[in-house]
Amino acid sequence: MSKGSPISPSLMATKSAGAHKASERVERPADAGVDTAAASPVLGPNNVVPPTVMTGSQAIVRSLEELGVEDIFGLPGGAILPTYDPLMASRMNHVLVRHEQGAGHAAQGYAMVTGRVGVCIATSGPGATNLVTAIMDAHMDSVPMVAITGQVSSGVIGTDAFQEADIVGITMPITKHSFLVTDPEDIPHVMAEAFHLASTGRPGPVLVDVAKDAQVGQMTFSWPPKIDLPGYHPVLRGHNKQVREAARLIAAASKPVLYVGGGVVKAHASAELLELAELSGAPVVTTLMARGVFPDSHPQHLGMPGMHGTVSAVTALQQSDLLITLGARFDDRVTGVLKSFAPNAKVIHADIDPAEISKNRTADVPIVGSVKEIIPELTEALRTLFETAGTPDYTNWWAFLNNLKETYPLGWTEPDDGLTAPQRVIERIGALTGPEGVYVAGVGQHQMWASQFIKYERPHAWLNSGGAGTMGYAVPAAMGAKVGNPDRVVWAIDGDGCFQMTNQELATCAINKIPIKVAVINNSSLGMVRQWQTLFYEGRYSNTDLNTGHDTVRIPDFVKLADAYGCASLRCERDEDIDATIQKALEINDRPVVIDFVVSPNSMVWPMVPAGVSNDQIQVARNMTPEWEEED
Amino acid sequence: MTRHTLSVLVEDKPGVLTRVASLFARRAFNINSLAVGPTEVPGMSRMTVVVDADGELIEQVTKQLNKLVNVIKIVELTSESSVQRDHILVKVRADAATRLQVTQAADLFRASVVDVSTESVVIEATGHPEKLTALLSVLEPFGIREIVQSGTLAVGRGSRSMSDRALRSA
Repeated sequence: MSKGSPISPSLMATKSAGAHKASERVERPADAGVDTAAASPVLGPNNVVPPTVMTGSQAIVRSLEELGVEDIFGLPGGAILPTYDPLMASRMNHVLVRHEQGAGHAAQGYAMVTGRVGVCIATSGPGATNLVTAIMDAHMDSVPMVAITGQVSSGVIGTDAFQEADIVGITMPITKHSFLVTDPEDIPHVMAEAFHLASTGRPGPVLVDVAKDAQVGQMTFSWPPKIDLPGYHPVLRGHNKQVREAARLIAAASKPVLYVGGGVVKAHASAELLELAELSGAPVVTTLMARGVFPDSHPQHLGMPGMHGTVSAVTALQQSDLLITLGARFDDRVTGVLKSFAPNAKVIHADIDPAEISKNRTADVPIVGSVKEIIPELTEALRTLFETAGTPDYTNWWAFLNNLKETYPLGWTEPDDGLTAPQRVIERIGALTGPEGVYVAGVGQHQMWASQFIKYERPHAWLNSGGAGTMGYAVPAAMGAKVGNPDRVVWAIDGDGCFQMTNQELATCAINKIPIKVAVINNSSLGMVRQWQTLFYEGRYSNTDLNTGHDTVRIPDFVKLADAYGCASLRCERDEDIDATIQKALEINDRPVVIDFVVSPNSMVWPMVPAGVSNDQIQVARNMTPEWEEED
Repeated sequence: MTRHTLSVLVEDKPGVLTRVASLFARRAFNINSLAVGPTEVPGMSRMTVVVDADGELIEQVTKQLNKLVNVIKIVELTSESSVQRDHILVKVRADAATRLQVTQAADLFRASVVDVSTESVVIEATGHPEKLTALLSVLEPFGIREIVQSGTLAVGRGSRSMSDRALRSA
């Protein structure tokens, strides 16, 4: 293992900011210039605290404060009770959720918009296991998060004590790392290590499980602690020779594509990407996790690749002779059948996680490091090469791609039942709110439409559960995003199925004055599953009808539900009311707003690459494959 | 599938064996054997993991292991550049009539008899896995009652020390 300097790409945007008022958060550009000098591995201002005797609980709270934490999402219980006592006196803002999963997703949403580590707290046993879904979600999507859980006293660990669960064991496969603390003296260095691990290298969730006796016991607190992680050295700088080789391949390619993933968002490298893209002139595709990192309005942008990607993005990858892969991981939803994916392409793969390189697709030029450092080096190498060898000519490649873009733009057909098209609702929300808004989706059809029909112009504006596909992500993640970006309009674009999984956090939003806006795209069914049943199970709709839409009993009534939660509640059932309803929602900022958009259950997500086939089989509508004769 | 021997230097922290074992399970890698014990450096343990995997897969195994925070260093030891030994205890049926033949067979493999009863002997042997397989096939006709075998232990030949170098680079 080689040695890297301890800089956190996921925290770069906030490094120079220090303490700040909530209202200043939006002003700070998320991709601002960054000081890349070596910093302390201990996050926060590194105040010097001389040895002070306190309890373990006080040490947990004090460590969080010293680490620069401002907002925490959690819910107390027996085994974490001692820690909640000093928390009451802390200047940190603790948001009391209604379910621990909500705390986890809120921490994720907070981390995704701010680039800072999201923090959630739960008690032992069921409190901790309720965090599991959010931890797994953060693990799949590389979200910097620290989860603190109470544990039963060390003396009774292993005896099946009340509310005992081996949460370290349970979450081992879905955390970047985890700690079980039984000695209060370990708290400061464990907390500092947890935050360091969560935020550096490939970000991810870290669990700190603290036994009750370690919270109650006395210890001597001092700060900053020493971080001792002899096996952890993320590599940040790409290998020079590899970067030059990558530049050589780009200069020699005739059909290159910049295949951009969520890693570029996490590394705050959108400005660097723009420079590389414009210098190279190559087309750009942004994966579901990377929407917004390259402006949708940019002429070189082909949109999203994958199962529900644009024809031009999917085809660009398929026909490419060189994939310039930046912070992406060749997920099966992007590649389709792996063997048939981009068969003629050489692969440059830059990623901070060496294990992603050649995991699914063998890389011809692997570059391990942060894309924040690799992209500018690649740009420079390319500039030098172009100066001597001239700029490559992609005229034919662009003619082919532009033809696809024009022939197969994203769009929708009006539903045959005369009801509102869900795509229209989502498109209007994006158009009326604009690119400065934050859009948080659940999982399913509405998620794909929100990715397709909202125009993203900046990173950190689009949040969703990509790798995990967690239904119920939207409302709590939007809550966390609104806490992190209080001055931005934050929309949860949710489905009627997803919404029913986590809408209890509306109470948290209403009481804590977190005015998110929730658009329930209510097609009265588990829409994506229903779409598959339409397409692949002869329309046998087994257990996908939720009875919340037109001509049903409408249980629950989302308007009454939202009303009961103290939210402004609106319903929209006709095309002509869409704009006015969205405008009204945009004008309400003193409480959360829930809109029940009752839409057609028959709309489907297109284009689609059916599971188990090559991306060449992409369909623009049911059983309609593009005409490939137009290829050159 | 080729057999690979990985020497893995780890922090001696609670759960580190579970982390390694669970990684192999969830990534669907096959462990052939695993041996773990303390090293000359306090707080550091060393695991010898024998894996059956093809070229690209062994690269994934190594990279995934390296991602574990408690893993300090991984070295693949080839059979030419390392000494590899297994340890075995075999309980073999041996009465007055066959005992001498059994103990002679053990002698040929430089194995030793560590327990004798009227019906059986326990033989202890150390060696390269192939040697132990050969010993077992010689003992087989007498009737093997029990086998207890360690995982492979391996160390690189020459004066260089893995933990020494790992500590310097850390």
